[in-house]
Amino acid sequence: MSAITRDEVAHLARLSRLALNDDELDHYATQLDAIIESVAKVAEVAAEDVPPSSHALPLTNVFRADEVRPSLTPEQALSGAPAVEDDRFRVPRILGEEA
Amino acid sequence: MSLINKTAAQLGELIAKGEVSAVEVAEAHLDRMAEVEPKIQAFLHVDREITLDQARAVDARLRAGEQLGPLAGVPIAHKDIFTTNDMPTTAASKILEGWRPPFDATVTRRLREAGLVILGKTNLDEFAMGSSTENSAYQVTRNPWDLSRIPGGSSGGSSAAVAAYEAPLSTGTDTGGSIRQPAAVTGIVGMKPTYGGSSRFGLIAFASSLDTPGPFARNVLDAALLQEAFSGHDPLDSTSIDAPVPSVVEAARNADIAGMRIGVVKEFGGEGYQPGVLARYNEAVQLLESLGAKVVEISCPSFATALPAYYLIAPSECSSNLARFDAMRYGLRVGDDGTRSAEEVMALTRAAGFGPEVKRRIMLGTYALSSGYYDAYYGQAQKVRTVISREFEAAFHQVDVLVSPTTPTTAFPIGERADDPMAMYLADLCTIPSNLAGNAAISVPCGLADEDGLPVGLQIMAPVLGDDRCYRVGAAVEKALESRWGGPLLKEAPAL
Repeated sequence: MSAITRDEVAHLARLSRLALNDDELDHYATQLDAIIESVAKVAEVAAEDVPPSSHALPLTNVFRADEVRPSLTPEQALSGAPAVEDDRFRVPRILGEEA
Repeated sequence: MSLINKTAAQLGELIAKGEVSAVEVAEAHLDRMAEVEPKIQAFLHVDREITLDQARAVDARLRAGEQLGPLAGVPIAHKDIFTTNDMPTTAASKILEGWRPPFDATVTRRLREAGLVILGKTNLDEFAMGSSTENSAYQVTRNPWDLSRIPGGSSGGSSAAVAAYEAPLSTGTDTGGSIRQPAAVTGIVGMKPTYGGSSRFGLIAFASSLDTPGPFARNVLDAALLQEAFSGHDPLDSTSIDAPVPSVVEAARNADIAGMRIGVVKEFGGEGYQPGVLARYNEAVQLLESLGAKVVEISCPSFATALPAYYLIAPSECSSNLARFDAMRYGLRVGDDGTRSAEEVMALTRAAGFGPEVKRRIMLGTYALSSGYYDAYYGQAQKVRTVISREFEAAFHQVDVLVSPTTPTTAFPIGERADDPMAMYLADLCTIPSNLAGNAAISVPCGLADEDGLPVGLQIMAPVLGDDRCYRVGAAVEKALESRWGGPLLKEAPAL
């Protein structure tokens, strides 16, 4: 039995915002199936009572003083934008037609 | 001896004494690049005038009496994943083609301030995901030892550039072995510092809890000088360690390991390892003993599950980090014809802009983080991470450093594993545990495998903030082997 179905891969692609065609979905389904089967070996480690680590080292929140300091100019911040209008990022529509 | 054959330390001294200028040193390396780049293809961006302008500025600063560090005027190649405000930064991805960052990474900035001159930006696996540099969207980089083989990855442009004498120094990033593995397969030195010891600010993120900038060089002292030049606390990186930088340069100069306790990791070796790799590795262990170290075997049984844990943790973090490539603020935008929604444009852009390995990892990470699978995959992998860290801690109660081969095999042929992700992932088998635990680890050359005459690396792992131990043991191995070989291993490499 496969660990992941083609439909599940199609769902993952949608969640990942990747517009994949049918051939790509077939290809990735086969590869992801093999990878997931292999990484499932993590279950072999007895670790019920072990706390999870999100990081290698202990982390503490880092704060800085809330002070105005030099930052990018609007021109610099927009310098890599695909489209710009009036000192702003110009983006495709984000709401439905009827909105 | 021409300028390109000198060590970074020697070049720094010659420049400081005024015997040679930073411009002359930069020109010698740019000329070498012009000569060998058609074969090696290590660089994605080169701009001779920008490089020479930087060199002229360093010469002027030195003439004005400014006190710069020991590497002032020495050229360096940066992995194209560190932002540079005067050269494009692409992470070898089409989604960032032609992007010019408005700021420098902390590593870039600190090295500029120390007077290093940027030769260009080097090739990598797209977003540092890979072990061969074949996942670059732009070009295939070749191993200077054998042009039909991979230079390692993901920092393969940086390893090839240094091994081919195009640059005396380069930077890389190590998330699962991406500095140590390329260093091992090209016969040079590569170091993964302690996580948090080098700043991630301005480093394009792949897996933030693992990504670690580090140095490549042709010898241990040069790597230490470079690490020292960019290390230290950075308020712009919230995971940067606020502690003194380990005295790595002093350790590299010291090279005395008499009385040190060295642990051989029992689980690394045997089946799946190339005989020639194991032969050189076993000789290196004997050498350490002959230099006065006490060698014992150490068992770390969970290291065998480090690879599967890594391939859940790293893709999970990647799926989140790469969400920033949304076609809105910078980079590629595809299909914006006035009728499509932002979401449709996003999906078309990401499908066109990301390569296959990046797509695989984004989807794998999305899977591991989805409800219903989270506990079994990502959650369990995080627990394995704890178990591995504890095994390291227990080991470092018994020994000062652990050693293993850096990679199970020498450089494999280009194309051999390109469409077999699991085979490719095995290249990082021995390097991944130190990324999960965040400790320091270095790879130093320890000879050539008998079967193919290609370089083998010895990995030396030290505790968190024990970076100096990596350099001390690495320098001892280098000194002993170079006296046996009559010079560095790279002199055995074929002429390009």
